[in-house]
Amino acid sequence: MLRHTIKRILLMFPTLFGAAVLVFFLLRIVPGDICEIRFGGIEGGGFNQEAVDICRRANGLDQPITVQFTQFVRGLIVFDFGVSMWSRSPIMDELGHRFPLSIQLTIMAMAVSIAIGIPLGVVAALRQDTWIDYTARTFGIVGMAVPSFWLGMMIIVGLLVSTHQLFDDPWMPPLEYVSFFEDPVENLAQLFWPALAVGYRFSASLTRWTRSALLEVLHEDYIRTARAKGLLKTIVIRRHALKNSMLPVVTLLGMEFAALMSGLVVTEQVFNLNGIGKWFVVSVENHDFTSTQTLVMLFALIFVVTNFIVDLIYAWLDPRIRYS
Amino acid sequence: MTLPETTLTNSELPPTATLGQKLMRLIRQKKLGAFGGAIILAMILMALFAETMSPYDPLENNYEHIFQAPSFEHWFGTDRYGRDILSRIIHGSRTALFIGIVSAFLGATTGFVLGLASGYFGGTFDLIFMRFIDLFMAFPPLIMVLAIVATFGNAMPYVIAAISISIIPDSVRIIRANALQVRQAPYVDSAIALGFSHTRIIFRHMLPNVMAPYLIIFTAAVGGAILAEAALSFLGLGVNEPTPAWGLMLQGGTEESITGVYWTAVFPGVAITLAVFGFFVLGDALRDVLDPKLRRG
Repeated sequence: MLRHTIKRILLMFPTLFGAAVLVFFLLRIVPGDICEIRFGGIEGGGFNQEAVDICRRANGLDQPITVQFTQFVRGLIVFDFGVSMWSRSPIMDELGHRFPLSIQLTIMAMAVSIAIGIPLGVVAALRQDTWIDYTARTFGIVGMAVPSFWLGMMIIVGLLVSTHQLFDDPWMPPLEYVSFFEDPVENLAQLFWPALAVGYRFSASLTRWTRSALLEVLHEDYIRTARAKGLLKTIVIRRHALKNSMLPVVTLLGMEFAALMSGLVVTEQVFNLNGIGKWFVVSVENHDFTSTQTLVMLFALIFVVTNFIVDLIYAWLDPRIRYS
Repeated sequence: MTLPETTLTNSELPPTATLGQKLMRLIRQKKLGAFGGAIILAMILMALFAETMSPYDPLENNYEHIFQAPSFEHWFGTDRYGRDILSRIIHGSRTALFIGIVSAFLGATTGFVLGLASGYFGGTFDLIFMRFIDLFMAFPPLIMVLAIVATFGNAMPYVIAAISISIIPDSVRIIRANALQVRQAPYVDSAIALGFSHTRIIFRHMLPNVMAPYLIIFTAAVGGAILAEAALSFLGLGVNEPTPAWGLMLQGGTEESITGVYWTAVFPGVAITLAVFGFFVLGDALRDVLDPKLRRG
């Protein structure tokens, strides 16, 4: 187990380094940087070379590309990501403001999707080929087809209209978000709806996976044996079937955690949330290299770390992997 | 064991089902899949006959008729430029289908070729190539698409390229897994023993056997690509105004809905959901029919 863990930790570094190389050069393949966007004028008219040069020097864009790359990698290692090329504020501060919001939203979305997806998947599997099953399956595919940003819009409209009709006091999406530590109740109430919009989509795939994983296990010999020796159906399901069917579900949970964070990119736009998703879109549009790089690396890091955790859980749940 | 000699003559055999009958049976067995197929068919017809079907010019601004609620004149209402939303949705099916199908085809086919090669040759090539794919998987698809589009610009070819690149890793992995299985089959061994060339073995012996997963991936990928295009256009990084595109039509929909103009936000979203739903359920049905082994999730 220890060997396995250490090997997995060491394997994370090449992936992250590769990601760093990839994103760094991808951003710089095409000419045109933030300074040209700012001071370059439109279509060559009013091109202010002097301002562009000053701006480039300030952002270190006049340095040779190898120097820029070493600085970037050094920054990643010592957790000093420099300043945003657009706002000039330190990226660490910006992350400090925005990351908690996004991570909270992701965790809430996970909670929402688990609360909906797993029970629904289990019920669908246990009542296979009944109307419950068909409803759950349709729900599953619809959930994957609905764009989460549109679902967010529909939630806003729905709340607005229903509160207006019922209480004559229309609900409005909040303009400012309260921190969890200032007012936990208000904060959870505000973030519940965006979490539902992001989480519903994921609950759909979770329903499908849970259903098929459980169905597979229910057809195993040991389930029949357990039933044959007279165990109650509920005990068979709880002790034997559910536990064993959770393996693929755990994998999915891990994989989707990283995907959920990227789903925020669009949902944060709809709900006007100042999280990392919204920041990513702005940075990408402005060719703000330092912010974009750091955020992409953050997404990659989250992906790699969740994969690692999933791997550990998997090994812990399944002795066959641990001892191989 | 000897089989009893058949006494059936040709006339006694049940008549072979015609293509139409087979199709009808399939539709009856896979109702949801057939429904998906019907949606896709409707969408294709809409795209082909957009000019004749749409009641108005999708690009025509009409400032006297901005934000009109749905009525007999404008079934789905009008938007902030007074353009007819129904006509824009009908024309938008072209954008969705074009970007969806082309990028799904490019992505799934590249993944198909690479996965097949990786699975067939194996060894060092496979090892290094799969690490490379792992690297790509470390970026959530939408993040990668956004980064590519932001770097190269949002001209149509770049949007398509970005979406298709995001499809490659998944399709490589699935096709490779299938190719590895086929590689173990005795007929591939005998083909190698007979001294056939790599090209011949890959194209004549392996390719037909991984065609089913390819079709399934392709169908589902069209749905995924339509979703990605909608998200990109919504963020302003995909299709540009005034081209009718569903994601683009949703831009500003939240703000307009708050002021009571809900129809600009509702109908294009329904169109996206229906289209993607159609491709996903068709993909599901194809998987059940073509490849029962893959049935999962």
